[in-house]
Amino acid sequence: MRGNVPACTVKVPGTLQEALEVLAQEPGLWRPLAGGTDLMVPFAAGRLADTHFLSLQRLDDLRGIETDPGGITFGALVTYTDLRRHPYVQRHLPNLVQSAKVTGAVAIQNRGTLGGNLVNGSPAADSPPSLLAYAAQVELTGLGGSRWVPVEAFFTGYKQTVMAPFELLTRIRVPEPDAGFHFYRKVGTRAAQAVAKVCLAAYARVEAGIVRECRIGLGSVAPVPIRARAAEAAILGRALDALPVAAARAALMADISPIDDIRSTAHYRRTVAGNVLVQALSELVDWVNIQS
Amino acid sequence: MDEGRMQLELTVNGVRRAVPVLPMARLLDVIREDLGLPGTKEGCGEGECGACSVIMDGKLVNSCLVPAVQAQGSELLTIEGLAQGGTLHGLQQAFLACNGAQCGFCTPGMVLASVDLLNRCAHPSEPEIREGLAGNICRCTGYVKIVEAVQAAAGTVRP
Repeated sequence: MRGNVPACTVKVPGTLQEALEVLAQEPGLWRPLAGGTDLMVPFAAGRLADTHFLSLQRLDDLRGIETDPGGITFGALVTYTDLRRHPYVQRHLPNLVQSAKVTGAVAIQNRGTLGGNLVNGSPAADSPPSLLAYAAQVELTGLGGSRWVPVEAFFTGYKQTVMAPFELLTRIRVPEPDAGFHFYRKVGTRAAQAVAKVCLAAYARVEAGIVRECRIGLGSVAPVPIRARAAEAAILGRALDALPVAAARAALMADISPIDDIRSTAHYRRTVAGNVLVQALSELVDWVNIQS
Repeated sequence: MDEGRMQLELTVNGVRRAVPVLPMARLLDVIREDLGLPGTKEGCGEGECGACSVIMDGKLVNSCLVPAVQAQGSELLTIEGLAQGGTLHGLQQAFLACNGAQCGFCTPGMVLASVDLLNRCAHPSEPEIREGLAGNICRCTGYVKIVEAVQAAAGTVRP
């Protein structure tokens, strides 16, 4: 344990209002702390500069999951275990169940939160690709009020987001997708406890053999989790029986900008991201054939 | 109380305890050093290996990733709390009978992860056992004997 434990101060607000007041009074000083599964690692290693923590453990309002005819709204403190078990998520958002399932293992899933996974801003996080594929939005709340931001616009750079130092990420909203094709694949060193080398989530809707809706989210292939807009454009409006798979794969190379790091190489990530996209498109075609 | 410390009150293995701790101390260190329960082990210290697994408020957690402040008021089960008097818990018996322990370092975490699994799923399949224990790493030999121990305890396979 190399973290400077005695130097640390922790506040444990009982309400969201109290938490926001602390952030507003000294913006940037207080580091929000949810389940700790990300923050405690660099902290214990002495690699975290923060000494002031705002523990969100008593903000039970941020633990709820609410469904309505248009979709589902998660409190930021909803855990991966909560996601895996929720019947609506299992039924309508299978990619999110998959994301939760491959995040760490049971003990991490019990503590890690959906809000934390976003705020941490890691390009390798497991849930953002699914949230991107489902066109999710996040609610950022400050003392002055709340604003909703699409997940696609949330990340601005490596571990950087649009969230202001006086704001908290409070809710995540996912619109209910129409019946369609869902795909999620994380490629890591092993099935559990691994950080992704490449992660791809996709949602597509097909009508009369034509791809009418298609969103693809990727992780670990750019400084931030990204939408593969060029690959999506190559597929959108095209007939399934003449899907331009090679063109989509080539377009994906323009969407991504992977690097060499301790987990993988840029070359491997390009190759595998392309392979996984091809797998997704092939499964899409199979899925439609089974439906009809 | 020293400056900066908080009074941490929690129930540990059924006994109410109160200890002064630094709020950002790891629950792992509180358990081992302040509560004097060294059965919980530190392996990687970063949530990868599961040696520090304990059950907090009915949920399996990596105690190395829980700041003490977040354990306030909680109910904790560590490996020391499993046996009742001189009688081992069924999973401890099964680990013994099936040779589910080699050096023993991962065993407290393995046993608690297994307890958590059987609490959630009384008769798990082998893939379910492997998923339930995926966050617990053994470096001695492998997982066959450990999986057999869980199957034996669950009554899905006879030891």
